[in-house]
Amino acid sequence: MPEAIQKDSLIGKRITKLDAPEKAGGKTRYIHDIDLPGQLHGKILRSTRIHALIKRIDTAAAKALPGVHAVITAADVPYQRPIGVAKDHFPLKTDRVRSLRDEIAAVAAETEAIAEAALKLIKVEYEDLPVLSDPNDSLKPGAPLIHPEPHGATAKHDHLKQAQGIAYLGKPDNIAMVFDYQQGDVAQGERESDVVLEHTFHLHYVTHCCMGVSGIIAEFDSSGNLLMNSNTQVPFLHKREFAEILNMDPARIRIIQPPIGGGFGSKLDIYPFEPITVFLAKATGRPVKLVFTREEEFLASPTRQPVILTLRSGCRKDGTLTFRTVSTLHDNGAYTSWGATTPFVMMQTISSLYRVPHCLYHTKAVYTNNPYAGSFRGYGNLQATFAVEQHMDMMAAAIGMDPLAFRLKNAQDPGEVTPQGMHFKSCGFKECLTTAAEASGFQAKFKANEADKAKPGRFKRGVGMASMLHVGGGAKIYPSDGCGTILKMDDFGSVTLITGASEIGQGSETVLAQLVCEELGVPLSAVRVINNDTEITPWDVGVHASRTTFIAGNSAIGAAKKARGKILDAAAKMAGLDAADLDLRAGHIVEAKSGTVVMTLAKLLRQLHFSDKAELVMTSFYYEPPSKHQDKHFKGDVSAAYAWATQVVEVEVDTDTGIVRLLKVTGAHDVGRILNRLGLEGQIEGGIVMGQGYALTEELMVENGVVRNPGFRDYKLVTAPEIPEMDVRFIETMDGEGPQGAKGVGEAPAICIAAATANAIHNATGVRIMALPFTPEKVYRALHAARKEAA
Amino acid sequence: MSQQTIKFTLNGVPTRVTVPVQMSALEMIRNVAGLTGTKYGCGEGECGACTIQLDGVSLNSCLLFAVECDGRQVTTVEGLAGDALGQKIEKAFVEAGAVQCGFCTPGMVVQARQLLATNPRPSREEIQRGIEGNLCRCTGYVKIIDAIEAASKDSLPPAPLPGEGGDGRSLRSGLNKE
Repeated sequence: MPEAIQKDSLIGKRITKLDAPEKAGGKTRYIHDIDLPGQLHGKILRSTRIHALIKRIDTAAAKALPGVHAVITAADVPYQRPIGVAKDHFPLKTDRVRSLRDEIAAVAAETEAIAEAALKLIKVEYEDLPVLSDPNDSLKPGAPLIHPEPHGATAKHDHLKQAQGIAYLGKPDNIAMVFDYQQGDVAQGERESDVVLEHTFHLHYVTHCCMGVSGIIAEFDSSGNLLMNSNTQVPFLHKREFAEILNMDPARIRIIQPPIGGGFGSKLDIYPFEPITVFLAKATGRPVKLVFTREEEFLASPTRQPVILTLRSGCRKDGTLTFRTVSTLHDNGAYTSWGATTPFVMMQTISSLYRVPHCLYHTKAVYTNNPYAGSFRGYGNLQATFAVEQHMDMMAAAIGMDPLAFRLKNAQDPGEVTPQGMHFKSCGFKECLTTAAEASGFQAKFKANEADKAKPGRFKRGVGMASMLHVGGGAKIYPSDGCGTILKMDDFGSVTLITGASEIGQGSETVLAQLVCEELGVPLSAVRVINNDTEITPWDVGVHASRTTFIAGNSAIGAAKKARGKILDAAAKMAGLDAADLDLRAGHIVEAKSGTVVMTLAKLLRQLHFSDKAELVMTSFYYEPPSKHQDKHFKGDVSAAYAWATQVVEVEVDTDTGIVRLLKVTGAHDVGRILNRLGLEGQIEGGIVMGQGYALTEELMVENGVVRNPGFRDYKLVTAPEIPEMDVRFIETMDGEGPQGAKGVGEAPAICIAAATANAIHNATGVRIMALPFTPEKVYRALHAARKEAA
Repeated sequence: MSQQTIKFTLNGVPTRVTVPVQMSALEMIRNVAGLTGTKYGCGEGECGACTIQLDGVSLNSCLLFAVECDGRQVTTVEGLAGDALGQKIEKAFVEAGAVQCGFCTPGMVVQARQLLATNPRPSREEIQRGIEGNLCRCTGYVKIIDAIEAASKDSLPPAPLPGEGGDGRSLRSGLNKE
């Protein structure tokens, strides 16, 4: 036993991921790797028409195929209820299909091959309906309705519908959701402006491309309890929603999450394949596994919301922002998922990234026959930032001000409460701006490129900046944002941390273990994290909105502090010392001042276990601290803390081919405090490259309702040789509410890249492109058009 | 459906399986041999999650028929458990933070072993080229490149894997890039 131990901390160190050795050795079992005894394989028959009535489905031949255990259609599951954010989506389609991905029938068979063969034997007769593939057309008078009343059943099914009490009765128009927000008086703002600009920005379809495709295994036990092995990011919300969809007691539903091969927001909603697999398990009495092909993943997964955004904004000659008016049209696709609610985040950027006295915001999300949009890292903020940060550069240019100085003049400060009601208790925005600008040499490069752009030469350099504001302390999307922790200590000094927080690769289990070590003075190797079984783990909202480190971290700290108090009290009694003078370090109880070892933690715990005072199981729950909730006008605070960042992007534009190369990204991120530097860097680097894909290479090409590139051959993810040089700086503002001062950071790094790239291309060429992505063809055409105009 | 019995060495172990002739090597490795470290990511040779070594040459097992393994040496990520260079790469992936969701990792590790076996001291640019057929959605590749670079630093001369020898070129990049 050492005589004395000095205080040490893991905070800010480079901590390797707890699950990395298993993953690097190929031993991690993802859902695709799990097979249960007696398991059948499920497959889904999808529509071959974009918009059509289903006249007849003939499953007789499929049912007769040897090895087929069940073939189901909507008629076989009259109890099915609509899913999704607006409950406008039946898992198995009843009377009509509204997009090419639509589920018509499903098969459970002994092998995947048999299931596939059975799908080919199902005959469907359709009657085509007119297709809406442009959201503008959906709003035209007399446009065909995507969800006509009554919804989900033809007349002959009406009695069923009444019997089930299905609430959703269709829509009289194609408007899925509307958001309106107002602060001040934009007319007054406009009168006070010296410069007024208005432009329309076009944001495209992209999709998550998790490396592990979607999948689920569902089974019922003899008592009718449902067990799902699922990739969901929100197990507890899903438990409740599945109970509603299946008309089951939620207590009979258990969700286990095997390690997840990427999330990025794609697994926040329930998708048809999940209840369909449950229906198959119910029909067959066997475990049923359903895993997508990559093509299916592209066709039937949600996308980021495509947006047409018109921004009108103004400023005074001295650089003060005066107003913003925003009108957006969101292509909702055929059904409503979380993508429709992204305006909730977009309006925060519009109203509160900078100080703007007057704002008017209006969004319509409209139904089309296109793929439907879900939530994707950044949740609307990439789209809003793309427009706002381009306008910042354009207004700066219009009044002859440097883009950095213009931003600094309007940037938020700590303590600010914005007109929308966001309270910035910690705010390193100005430090982000100056740090990123200085580290990249932004101002000198900006001026030099401006001077060079008119000179002859094929390759042009450009530099551009963009900043962002995002929730960093939980998000009040639901009535509360909480996470529970159970912590137990065994008689060897090992800690089991049972948390509601899900791990999707981002490293939450490592950072939570680290926070517990900090309180209990045990090495990381002494902590096990259990985080994937709703029957065991306490409730949590889910992994989204950059919230896990903040919310689950505070919850874990709460439980660890309780254990710490108990241990120190017991040790103090045993040693005849004052608990306030003791500390826990490296598995020992020590005197805090000198570090002198009093006893080993293991010895104390053994003694406690054999006493009548053990109770070494702690529970703790953390809710984002009560602050004013947003009212129905979207006024109020949405997070306990906000994250800030500025990214400077340097590009080289080949003016002969339109190819834009991302040379360097310099980022400055207000992260509150660095907890695990290795994990933090990984989040930032990964986010930057995801942002690069959004800006330059990725586009889900949807033409008349058809996805033209459902594969990695034609949907271009960024590859290793294409990544930019990265210089990432961290600003530590030590948030008062954050765990050890930290704020959320998961989404932040992806948000600015497209906007900064747009500004950099303009700095290089003088040409401003307001539609994504910046493919060679688009850039070439824009440069060519500008040249023609000049000539 | 026509079946064929094949004999080959899987991670050093003599193996005999009977498979449908149209089955891919990936499916055979995962579903017949039961080794799930090799991943399905796309099924068309674009993502690299299914990278294996065949006679010491890395390739996408989703594009290879199982019957083509007959008489040959197959190494998967599980086969690197007893391989010094493979272990060094796995350790470097852990320490450099190259693993997030981990789904691309086995393919990356196998491809990195191929790269370092043929080019023990690659430049960063050569590493980037070496893994360009492996997609990763989480890390932005930076820490994967760091890991491979770190593993190369005190690189031992690699002991050949079963079947390795020859010039050890990667077949996979030849298949990927026309």
